[in-house]
Amino acid sequence: MASALINVPGKARRGDVIEIKTLMSHIMETGYRHTAAGQVVPRDIITSFTCRYNGVEIFRADLFPAIAANPFLTFFTVARESGKFDFEWIGDNGFSETASAMISVE
Amino acid sequence: MRSAGTIAVAALLVAAGIAVSRLAATEIPPAERRSGYTFMAPDTKAIQDDDTANPGMLWTLDGEALWKRKAGAADKACADCHHDARASMKGVAARYPAYDRVLGRPVNLEQRINLCRARHQEATPFAFESRDLLALTAFVAEQSRGAAIAPDTAPELQPFAAKGRDFFMRRQGQLNLGCTSCHDDNWDKHLAGSAVTQALPTGYPIYRLEWQSLGSLQRRLRNCITGMRAQNYDYGAPELVELELYLMSRARGMQIETPAVRP
Repeated sequence: MASALINVPGKARRGDVIEIKTLMSHIMETGYRHTAAGQVVPRDIITSFTCRYNGVEIFRADLFPAIAANPFLTFFTVARESGKFDFEWIGDNGFSETASAMISVE
Repeated sequence: MRSAGTIAVAALLVAAGIAVSRLAATEIPPAERRSGYTFMAPDTKAIQDDDTANPGMLWTLDGEALWKRKAGAADKACADCHHDARASMKGVAARYPAYDRVLGRPVNLEQRINLCRARHQEATPFAFESRDLLALTAFVAEQSRGAAIAPDTAPELQPFAAKGRDFFMRRQGQLNLGCTSCHDDNWDKHLAGSAVTQALPTGYPIYRLEWQSLGSLQRRLRNCITGMRAQNYDYGAPELVELELYLMSRARGMQIETPAVRP
């Protein structure tokens, strides 16, 4: 039941600097932990996050084992035109999730 | 090794100014009660304040989906009987644990959800601390956000609440501490850098940064009991429910914050 929380302002004026906040549900298992029986718990993390603004990549992040569960990423961009933000998370074991948000720019 | 650990913890207690020998049991006056929220750093408060930054909201979203999903031999969803949780579950978490007449004892919110599954959905109960049970509990409790805690006043509950209070006040474990030693007598101090809070369960289930997950009040209680090096209890044990009952009576009138964030 993976799910994302996205916070993008619904409206902005052209040229405004806007903050985008994303939170993705994920355990981010480091691969360094062991069970009580001594077996390694296999790594299971998100490895990559990208954000596209009307198809153009504006933000990308590589994620590593030291990042906490449910990664919360925030970043800024300039509101240039109305349209859509597409978010994509890719990770171990074929993990792949997407989300999107609309913005109207006046 | 063990004695070295004991000395280390004792040293921490002394450093924190916690008088191990003092035997006082003064409950906190109502006007001085503070939610655990008020002890947190501004950064941690900001996580709880913003619903799109609070990871606990991931569980409430899952809980909302589970609320509508049909389950069990009866093929009924929670929503088939209780309809819109925003109306039907408003204020419910504020009066739990509540008395169950069939069982003749108090049950907490998680147990109530599992009883509902067994009795009405004819489904298997969720395991304690499973994602599904935490999600449904968080979703139900979220409907009481902002509501004042108003414990169940059933007279049958009095002996159970009294047992919970006795548990809280009683010294136990290898460190010979009672809950009250920290949470009544020393809540304004620190233990190893962490604030000692007042044991007022206003926001459960909580997203605890240390756990990197949502967790129940019983998980928190079991943590504390382990820290006291006392005999622990299984999830759902009557002793833990009684303690929950007493803790909720301490927090009477305070606002529900579920899903709260704690360090």
